Amino acid sequence: MRLELKNIHKYFGSLHANDDISLTVESGTIYGLLGENGAGKSTLMKVLSGFIHREGGEILLDGKSVEFKSPAEAIRAGVGMLHQDPLDLPPLRVLDNFLLGREDGFLQDRSKALADLKKYSAQFGFDIAPDALVSALTVGERQQLEIMRLLSLGAKILIFDEPTTGISLPQKIKLFETLRLLAKQGMTVIFVTHKLEDAQDLCGKVTVLRLGKVTGEVTRPFTTDQLVKLMFGQSLAASQRETIALGEPVLELRDLCVADFRLRVPNINLQVRAAEVIGLAGIEGSGQRLFLRACAGLDRPAGGELWINGAKINRQAYHRFLDSGIVYLPAGRLEEGLVPGLNLTEHLILAKRSKEFFVNWNLAQTQAQERIKEYSIRGAPESRVEALSGGNQQRALLALLQPNLKLILLEHPTRGLDIESTMWVWRQLLERRRRGTAIVFASADLDEIFEYSDRILVFSGGRVAKALNAKETSVTQLGELIGGKGL
Amino acid sequence: MTKNFWTNLVWGVGPIILGLILTTLALVAVGANPLQAYQSMWNGAFGNTAKFGDLILVWVPLLLASVGLLITFTAGLWNIGIEGQIVMGAIFTAWAARAFDFPSIILIPLLFLAGMLGGALWALLAGVLKTYGKVHEIFGGLGLNFIATAVTLYLIIGPWKLPGIASTSGTESFRPAAWLPTLPGLSVGPIEITVALVSLVLVYFALRGTLWGLKLKAIGKNTRSAFWIGVPTTRYMLGAFALCGVFAGMAGTVQAIGVWHRLIPSISGGYGYLGILVVLLSGFQALGVPFVAFFFSAVSKGSVALPLDLNIDSSLGGVLQGIIVLLVVLSQGVRARWQRASAAARVDSTILAAPVTRAAEE
Repeated sequence: MRLELKNIHKYFGSLHANDDISLTVESGTIYGLLGENGAGKSTLMKVLSGFIHREGGEILLDGKSVEFKSPAEAIRAGVGMLHQDPLDLPPLRVLDNFLLGREDGFLQDRSKALADLKKYSAQFGFDIAPDALVSALTVGERQQLEIMRLLSLGAKILIFDEPTTGISLPQKIKLFETLRLLAKQGMTVIFVTHKLEDAQDLCGKVTVLRLGKVTGEVTRPFTTDQLVKLMFGQSLAASQRETIALGEPVLELRDLCVADFRLRVPNINLQVRAAEVIGLAGIEGSGQRLFLRACAGLDRPAGGELWINGAKINRQAYHRFLDSGIVYLPAGRLEEGLVPGLNLTEHLILAKRSKEFFVNWNLAQTQAQERIKEYSIRGAPESRVEALSGGNQQRALLALLQPNLKLILLEHPTRGLDIESTMWVWRQLLERRRRGTAIVFASADLDEIFEYSDRILVFSGGRVAKALNAKETSVTQLGELIGGKGL
Repeated sequence: MTKNFWTNLVWGVGPIILGLILTTLALVAVGANPLQAYQSMWNGAFGNTAKFGDLILVWVPLLLASVGLLITFTAGLWNIGIEGQIVMGAIFTAWAARAFDFPSIILIPLLFLAGMLGGALWALLAGVLKTYGKVHEIFGGLGLNFIATAVTLYLIIGPWKLPGIASTSGTESFRPAAWLPTLPGLSVGPIEITVALVSLVLVYFALRGTLWGLKLKAIGKNTRSAFWIGVPTTRYMLGAFALCGVFAGMAGTVQAIGVWHRLIPSISGGYGYLGILVVLLSGFQALGVPFVAFFFSAVSKGSVALPLDLNIDSSLGGVLQGIIVLLVVLSQGVRARWQRASAAARVDSTILAAPVTRAAEE
């Protein structure tokens, strides 16, 4: 089935997530869609598969214009999508999941479904027990199940959104084999990725997106260098910053390992010195958040040692990190930082962590007024935080920080902020740095990383590269590391 | 008067009037005369001084339970287990009343302390189950309620049974020194009224003016953020449970030595569950609690007269209470939805419609 997208537009509020995107995919090919976080890849694919609605443009299947109101309609027309986190139902069994989305009427034909499942399994060489619980399967196996389910529903165009993120190498090889087989059978395969090597291995044609726009299209043979240039642009200028003498080590990590249920990043070694700025680069979800939370004492690391101000931390207790002057500023401002329903004064009282019993509301009010002025927050002491704009919420978070901190850990410090607020946030941070505070921040914005970091730590595919000196690192080098090359 | 005032009034009083209308329809449906029924309820609650005293004796434990619930609700906890905490308070009180033979002036404070301890321990159990065992407090509390009732029954027909007979009607009456003194001609006395009012005032100011109250509020609104700011969330949640248990336990004490003067199987009087409704209807605000509790007490007490006067089942009172709470909560939901819709309509009229969603990050 031939697919054409013509001049697709999609907005999220003021964000132009898809800006006039056009592309054509021939049937029987594997087509790559490459780009950084926030480039608009997933948005485009969700538009194509009926999950979200576009604000302009046209979708043509075999030359016929189509309109999907839901994913179910898209599947009926032959477009199926495998999401980054498979959208299956883990508590159910394999066969039940396989039956989902069928329109057999009220009674299911389970024996026919079982036969179908076996037929597809044999065809692709999958080995999944039909009565196993989906929760017991690996991500790779869940992908296989999802492929078979979509095919049985009649999908002719299969979209794979970052399918190699959570799976092992043998599973990846198997997946690529399957994709090639699908293409050979005449299916249209769209492969969405940020990994350069995967795109190079697999795709006949690659379109690169950056900040919601198509930056280029390449057909085999192409080089990684070409892709990196299209992905990251060439705008990154070398940063010009005042040099500040670094102080004593504040935080030291020895073979630290951070992990959650889907990702494990071992062997992190790093020494952060006073007044140093370290940027964490990498595709989102590569372990930066786990790393930051472990360093802030919010999550227990899975292994290794953490030293603060020259003393080893044995028992992880968050308040001890706070007492040592280490704080973490989360990206979810209203979810894990501010308390919706409380006002600015109340936040400032709580953040003081004082031991007094009665609150002196008048004093607190006056202090809040001063702090609001100092941090130029557009709001009053009695303004509830959820009523503030994103930029003012970030200012409020910064206003909660005590003076003379040793280390500030930040996750996406300027995400979603306008230029003025972004500049303001960094002025604040650099001012603190001048007074000796070390800063570690994760960002999806490479310009930001280059602009402010002394050293850069790249997270990719469950590994962390040795910290790079920002001045001696080129965009290409960094882009390749982020894409998983040379790690 | 501003437009805002009238909107608030309509949203506040509307559901109550609607509740009365629905209850009236229910009365008509079962063939009763609604006016007579309401008349009978009114007389049952306020007919004479003695009846009013009985009403206050309902109001006191209900108020104590509701005051306790204000604390747990502020911390965002659904302490359904309050029923069991009242029961445990009564059991501890009953044990102390049977064990110690002191004059009233020493014994009664001791009995209150016993009740507070019983309620607090039982509540703490629900709290530990939640914070360390990851058992949601609704399920943990519900389970503990059943256990508390079972323990009561066991004590009544087992170790504390009436001499000679095993009956589920209750234990022997406590010695008179353990009885709460009453005002002349009334069933209610000054001690329990004072205890309830002081509790209300203390909790009102504690939640409003102290750092402790502010921290509980932060936990209730967003536990993750509160923890991030530096509030020791686990400790404070356990504290909220224990303190609610203290007030629930006092309600149990009043039930045991002020109302029944013995331990009976249904010693809690259902005031724990009713207290949840009271706090819901008060919009989780301490100031509304005594009035709503008074209204509920009047309805409960008044409906007792229905079977005698009109041969209508006294559960009508429960129907009225339930309908009103449902309608109030429903009207809050409808109102929120309505306001969201009109807010969205306002935003739509500007060019940038939808807020930035998570999908935009991909």
